[in-house]
Amino acid sequence: MVAFDEMTGMGTELRPAYDALDRWLKEAPPEMLALRRSQAELFFRRIGITFAVYGDEESTERLIPFDIIPRVLTKPEWSKLEKGLRQRVTALNMFLADVYGPKECLKAGIIPPDLVYRNACYQLQMVDFQVPHGIYCHIAGIDVVRVDADTFYVLEDNARTPSGVSYMLENREVMLRLFPELFAMHRVAPVDNYPDQLLATLRSVAPRSAPSDPSICLLTPGQYNSAFYEHSFLADKLGIELVEGSDLLVKDDVVYMRTTQGPKRVDVIYRRIDDDFIDPLVFRGDSVLGVPGIIGAYKAGNVTLANAVGTGVADDKAVYSYMPEIVKFFTGEEPILKNVPTFRCREPEANAYVLDNLEKLVVKEVNGSGGYGMLVGPHANKAQIETFRRKLKSHPEGFIAQPTLALSTCPTFVASGVAPRHVDLRPYVLSGANGISCVPGGLTRVALKEGSLVVNSSQGGGTKDTWVIDA
Amino acid sequence: MRIKISHSITYAYDEPVRQITQILRLTPRDHDGQHVMSWRIEPNIDGRLRAGQDPYGNLVHTFSADGPISGLSIQVDGVVETLDLAGVVRGAIERVPPEVFRRDTLLTAPDDALREFAVAATRTDATPLAKMHALTEALHSEMTCDRSGQRNGIGAAPAFAAREGIPQDLAHVFMTCARQLGLPARYISGYVAASDALPLAEGAHAWAEIHLDDYGWIGFDCANGLCPIDTHVRIAAGLDFADAAPVRGARKGGSGENLAVSVSARKAGSRQVNQ
Amino acid sequence: MHEGKTWNGPNQTIAPHAAKRPDLTMLSRTADSLYWVSRYVERAEYLARILDATTRLTNLPSSYGGAGTEWQSAVATAGCEDTFAKAYGEANERNVCDFLTFNPDNPSSIRNCFALARSNARAVRTALTSEMWDALNSAWLELQRFEKKRMDREEFARFLEWVKNVSLVFDGSAYRTMLRDDGYWFSRLGMYVERADNTARILDVKYHVLLPENEQVGGSLDYFQWTTMLREVSALTAYHWVYREAVKPLLIADLLILNRRMPRSLASCYENISRFLDSLGDAYGRQGPAQRQARKTLANMSNTHIDSVFQRGLHEFIEDFITENNRLGHTISEQYLQ
Repeated sequence: MVAFDEMTGMGTELRPAYDALDRWLKEAPPEMLALRRSQAELFFRRIGITFAVYGDEESTERLIPFDIIPRVLTKPEWSKLEKGLRQRVTALNMFLADVYGPKECLKAGIIPPDLVYRNACYQLQMVDFQVPHGIYCHIAGIDVVRVDADTFYVLEDNARTPSGVSYMLENREVMLRLFPELFAMHRVAPVDNYPDQLLATLRSVAPRSAPSDPSICLLTPGQYNSAFYEHSFLADKLGIELVEGSDLLVKDDVVYMRTTQGPKRVDVIYRRIDDDFIDPLVFRGDSVLGVPGIIGAYKAGNVTLANAVGTGVADDKAVYSYMPEIVKFFTGEEPILKNVPTFRCREPEANAYVLDNLEKLVVKEVNGSGGYGMLVGPHANKAQIETFRRKLKSHPEGFIAQPTLALSTCPTFVASGVAPRHVDLRPYVLSGANGISCVPGGLTRVALKEGSLVVNSSQGGGTKDTWVIDA
Repeated sequence: MRIKISHSITYAYDEPVRQITQILRLTPRDHDGQHVMSWRIEPNIDGRLRAGQDPYGNLVHTFSADGPISGLSIQVDGVVETLDLAGVVRGAIERVPPEVFRRDTLLTAPDDALREFAVAATRTDATPLAKMHALTEALHSEMTCDRSGQRNGIGAAPAFAAREGIPQDLAHVFMTCARQLGLPARYISGYVAASDALPLAEGAHAWAEIHLDDYGWIGFDCANGLCPIDTHVRIAAGLDFADAAPVRGARKGGSGENLAVSVSARKAGSRQVNQ
Repeated sequence: MHEGKTWNGPNQTIAPHAAKRPDLTMLSRTADSLYWVSRYVERAEYLARILDATTRLTNLPSSYGGAGTEWQSAVATAGCEDTFAKAYGEANERNVCDFLTFNPDNPSSIRNCFALARSNARAVRTALTSEMWDALNSAWLELQRFEKKRMDREEFARFLEWVKNVSLVFDGSAYRTMLRDDGYWFSRLGMYVERADNTARILDVKYHVLLPENEQVGGSLDYFQWTTMLREVSALTAYHWVYREAVKPLLIADLLILNRRMPRSLASCYENISRFLDSLGDAYGRQGPAQRQARKTLANMSNTHIDSVFQRGLHEFIEDFITENNRLGHTISEQYLQ
């Protein structure tokens, strides 16, 4: 499979975006690159150290490999992508408002009702409830992959509590410090206004009854959560309190923080706790992470939760396969970003095809994430394929399948020198009462193993800084 | 049948509680098979009691109080007039489409044993209704029901593996099988009155309802091996016990919770006898 | 949509502390953790001092009259006799050192003090300066290295020195890097409440060697007991500077209880406790029971002369103080930390 390389196209040209970078790379001796890489790691430990906990088991997880060669997109490339992202997130929010409200898209047959109703992420608590300012998915992370010069596919929508934005910010910080000469050669759009934009988004969606300077906090499952350092990083950058469930209390449907000066009212909660754990009185009763009564306060209109409860129904992989229709239905426009063609195994003909072509396809669990409940056919052995064959036969509705895509590659500094490696991109899209915003770029994840298509950090993936440059 | 119900739930704490909130699903609604003549919920300490509804349309009271609380008792009294409609539930509040009730939940997660049993027990029956009757009988004879009221439920698969459980477990087993057969199934919590038909069944109880295209929702009580009759008073419905539980609570502070529950459900006017 | 129009400009920066706490308040849990981080670090240092002083005392030739109960007394001073009795029985050097340093089952071993300090710190990571966090985190890593080593006397002495040093580094980074606001005040309160408790415990266990009836008995034993007490609170040199006299029990009691120039004296601790509680009260615009209680204790000490302490009974005085100090801990907790 020959993949499109973002620097050299099909290997025969030098694409303009990489012009300066290519020159620089050619002049850069490998020892210098190696030195910068170790400096980068040091910087990472130092910057990250503020939040990371070295000396613990988790620290290995924290130090996701960082590749020093930036991934470069030109402004026109980004503009098109951004337009598509805005359209997609607009549609996601409209879809959520619809399935929890009038259900027009179900009535119109855009998506089979049972995909929504049988979905455990479709929260009955949210039916006919008006969320503040009508926004459900305030923070979205849309995973996109590129297959050629003009085509981006959406691989996955993350509408619950997408993580990784702290890497985007830290990667840029490290690059700015280490490679000032590269930044002198390029006009790179900044990303460090993301915290400002996030704060503005959260402020904009405060309940109408809240004061003009609403009180905002970030709710974390606590220090043992794998993304805790990101929670603490963001709280610090936003200048808001980082709270755990036990720091909040609900009285008469109003949420308060326990402070040294007594209870202090909270208006907006950026919550990084899953729906199931957020209120033991309503969802899982065994949750000790949540806040008893918070759903009552939410439904009384006294607090905004970001993201809203129940957004998971929009990023389900089975619902994903209907996104082109959903985008068209709600925006009235053709989808700008493509979906990866998807076989819904719940449909018998589709499943029959998937079973016949397992070695060519990627099979994903409908409610899985992190690349675990996944089969990458071309890279799988017989036993793995047979395991999935059994799974697909016993409960096909739990799976979808997609052709393996030739993900684009970017120059990456690996043991053998500079070599192409497959990448994806997660841009972060913010939706507030004042509209949508999206910092240029996002988090590029790179599969460091040669030929590998799996970019997850849990499986040998790393990250890169992502540049949007004035061409 | 006119049924008089008295239900008291008493909590005592070794170390006083600072704040308590409880979600009470303890109030029946009318449908064709039952009419609520009178109903009253009374906590024995000062606090705030608010009435509302949950997404299923169940009547819910939220009770919250500030401590120190060393004990709390909630007394429920009421009279309900019931009719025997052979388990068919009509005229009830329906807020949620039947498809929702095909979801698996934590307490109704199937395993291979349940999948096989669901198919085997209903193989010879042609219609969904016949299959559900067959399933009710099969589980009634297959599983032992513990009515002591002393235990908590453990979920469908473990209960089925043990071939034993409280009424809640049996209802979960039944629902899991029905969902495996493609039918929407919901959990019902309620009361059963002592009667000639079910002399030993008196008390808080749980059963299941299945949605059949030709009939709508029909109740199946596999703990008693029948469809609910006029001895059954229906209180709350949900995806499983967690959704329809009579009491869900959260407290701040305190320790050593001791719970005592007593329920009586009798034909109104009948003489009380010493048990 | 309308980028730039509706959003804050990209270059607008947020001043975290200004935005975070315009009215100067903090999460109770954060304050609680800051308070306890300091308490545990202080406690670890105290344990190291007890062990150091006890080792010195037991190293004296027996003709100096060692009573042989020094290790038992060390456990008592550390305030964990019951746990120790259950775990070991006999109080000898090996058992006591093990119990007070690395024993994971002793909630107040040096190891657990550092572990608890670090886990409290970790939970409120951003409320600490990075210097404070580094001090605790490196201490924890270093401690694990010590734990693996075979300890001879020399290595053990190095270890105790290191523990005291960690406390100095932590204390110094707090002093030098923390914003002077409620976070700092809670952190200091924890340190002084713990320190007062520690000094009082030393007095509680050893008050009898200070009693006048023992003075006649005199002899070298008492002298070394006295200097041990002073060493435990790092006050041997200070004593001579303050009193310019040979070591005398009455003056030792004065130094440790009432002398405000002595940083580990009960009076000095309460001077600081009262000061930081007042800072909190002023900043929050509200005085409470903690302020009143601390002021009362401080005033009592100001109006007391060491002679009258002895007249009323040294032991009773110390016992009352320990009770009062614990009560203040509870009051602070109820007023601010939960």
